[in-house]
Amino acid sequence: MQNLIDFFSFSDPNVRYVVLGTILLSSSAAMVGAFILLQKKALVGDAVAHSVLPGICAAFLFSGSKNIVLMLAGAFVSGWLSLVAIDYITAKSKIKKDAAIGLVLAVFFGVGMVMMTFIQQTGNAAQSGLDHFIFGKAAALVGDDLLIFSILAAVILITVGLFFKAFTLVAFDKNYAQALGYPVRRLDLLLTSLTVLAVVTGITAVGVVLMAAMLITPAAAARYWTNRIRHMVGIAVAFGAFAGLAGAYISYVAPSMPTGPWMVVVSTAIAFFSFFFAPKKGIFPRMYTQYKNQWIIAEENTLKIFYHLGERNSHFNGMRGLNELTSTREMERATLKATLRRLATKELLVTRNNQWGLTDKGYQQAARVVRLHRMWELYLTKYMDIPADHVHDDAETIEHILTPELERELEHQLDYPDKDPHNTKIPK
Amino acid sequence: MIAFWIILTGFLVASACGLLGCFLVLRKMSMVGDAISHAILPGIVIAFLWSGSREPVSMFIGASTTGLVATLLIEFFHHKARLQSDAAIGVVFTFMFAIGIILISIFAGQVDVDQDCVLYGEIAYTPIDLWILDSGIIMGPRPVYIVGTVLILIILFILLGYKQLKLTSFDPAFASAVGISTAVWHYLLMAAVSITTVSSFESVGAILVIAFLIGPPATAYLLTDDLKQMLKITVILGLFVSLTGYGLAYWLNASIAGCMATMTGVCFAVAFARHRWASSRYRARLV
Repeated sequence: MQNLIDFFSFSDPNVRYVVLGTILLSSSAAMVGAFILLQKKALVGDAVAHSVLPGICAAFLFSGSKNIVLMLAGAFVSGWLSLVAIDYITAKSKIKKDAAIGLVLAVFFGVGMVMMTFIQQTGNAAQSGLDHFIFGKAAALVGDDLLIFSILAAVILITVGLFFKAFTLVAFDKNYAQALGYPVRRLDLLLTSLTVLAVVTGITAVGVVLMAAMLITPAAAARYWTNRIRHMVGIAVAFGAFAGLAGAYISYVAPSMPTGPWMVVVSTAIAFFSFFFAPKKGIFPRMYTQYKNQWIIAEENTLKIFYHLGERNSHFNGMRGLNELTSTREMERATLKATLRRLATKELLVTRNNQWGLTDKGYQQAARVVRLHRMWELYLTKYMDIPADHVHDDAETIEHILTPELERELEHQLDYPDKDPHNTKIPK
Repeated sequence: MIAFWIILTGFLVASACGLLGCFLVLRKMSMVGDAISHAILPGIVIAFLWSGSREPVSMFIGASTTGLVATLLIEFFHHKARLQSDAAIGVVFTFMFAIGIILISIFAGQVDVDQDCVLYGEIAYTPIDLWILDSGIIMGPRPVYIVGTVLILIILFILLGYKQLKLTSFDPAFASAVGISTAVWHYLLMAAVSITTVSSFESVGAILVIAFLIGPPATAYLLTDDLKQMLKITVILGLFVSLTGYGLAYWLNASIAGCMATMTGVCFAVAFARHRWASSRYRARLV
């Protein structure tokens, strides 16, 4: 508890730096990530992250010291070149995007490794700590460096804010954006540059391999909570910032714990939770809706059986046994029994020593489903010119979906019919 | 002799990776190889904790299991949660790599594994890691035998499943129509990729595995349209890259894995330039 208070009071300037730094890095990465995710370029971030290595090494070789500005500039240039290379390869040959990404990633990193071993041989004392750029070390974010990272993160946030509408349009409908006169190519280039900038800024905190996660994991999680891009970007930034904060806190409490990997683990945990439980889009809510729909269909089909049986002798309230019910419609006995029980609790059926019968409320429901079915059949034959013997299957599906409004519209269009195409009566 | 063993290891890894890589490239699944090669880190750490050494069998089991877990998770999120496939790959492999690093920091004193060795590998140490029989006879470097065995298995796999792999890669719909299960062959291929990655990571590292998985097949793909030719060119390129890569490393006195990866890039660049030149001449003739 004391830890928590110490941490959030930010009394320690080191904590302040690290927390501010990680939050800025992770939220700006998440913001750019939302757009590259929507453009289906999620793995591009991975390629850029690996490809900055030769640039960093070149800057070091050139200056002979760990001049942070120069190294970030070098990283930016080689990251940018890698993206240009990927685009060029995919545009000008039959090599697909995935192969181009993997190839560029491995080759650039390979070149970087060669330069790195070369630097190690020069014996330059300043080289120690160079590998922070590869494996990341958020705790190394101090003082002047932080200022530079904050400026970069601010540049990213402001640029995305300014071009929000244009990026949205390009992400969803490139052709439309082009037709409206947006400079699509230049916007793509801008987003590319922002991606590289986000990677270059974030890489010192989490390292080359995990940088891809900083970009896309919060965005992928946010995608599950909303369909509106503004909300999605906002949620992604919030998730990213929270992951940054959590990572910083964990390594504050347990100093041997690395910040970057914990940031990734926290944001992945959020993402996994979203994949499973996010309302509407998560796996479980979708399964639940599916089951519910299957239940409704089974219930309505069961009610229809009672109606059809009743129709034979105009005795709709008669009690029916299981065998009689399954003789009219193929239905698994277990499902049928469960459905009958549910209908009984809803007071649509009455039950007496293993026999079931429709209540008044049940009769009305059953009649409505049959009525929708038959009206739809009539509609198909009348307006779509589909022969009467081909309309049953379609009606079998639509009867569960039609809303009362559509029902009224159908009635109106069909001029309040009383016979379906098979010449059976449409119940009122 | 040292040079011979290193080049041989490089060639064996390049062939095993390249042969499988051809199918990955054709199926537009190259990045799965990237994902698996990173996702095996936690498996390696756990295996290390389990056995207390770099004992190959438990490493192999640990890494293959995590590799397979990664593939299953990717598939699961892609199909069940309808996550776009590139995002599924990105989310899963970074997560597993992060877990691996955290495990390393928790058991820092007990695990002689770090992320450097997963990324870079230590092909230069291959000749030192000798396989010595109980009777004292030196059989040569252990990695050569491991990778060699895997290569033989891969060749058998491709020979036996050539028709199925080809059909499921080019025309999955037709393949299912004639009764070949695309899912089964997908997972078989993934298992093969996992095993290859795992067996070669120790000697060459994740980056070179990716370079070998994608580089030579992509280069060969530019040079031919025939699958059999593509497989042959890939193997030849693997030999060329190991030879010249080692040469380059010797000349520059630099990282061998890095130089081999660089050489795959050079090969690709040459093939790409030739491809561009040929297609521009073709277009010129049309005009």
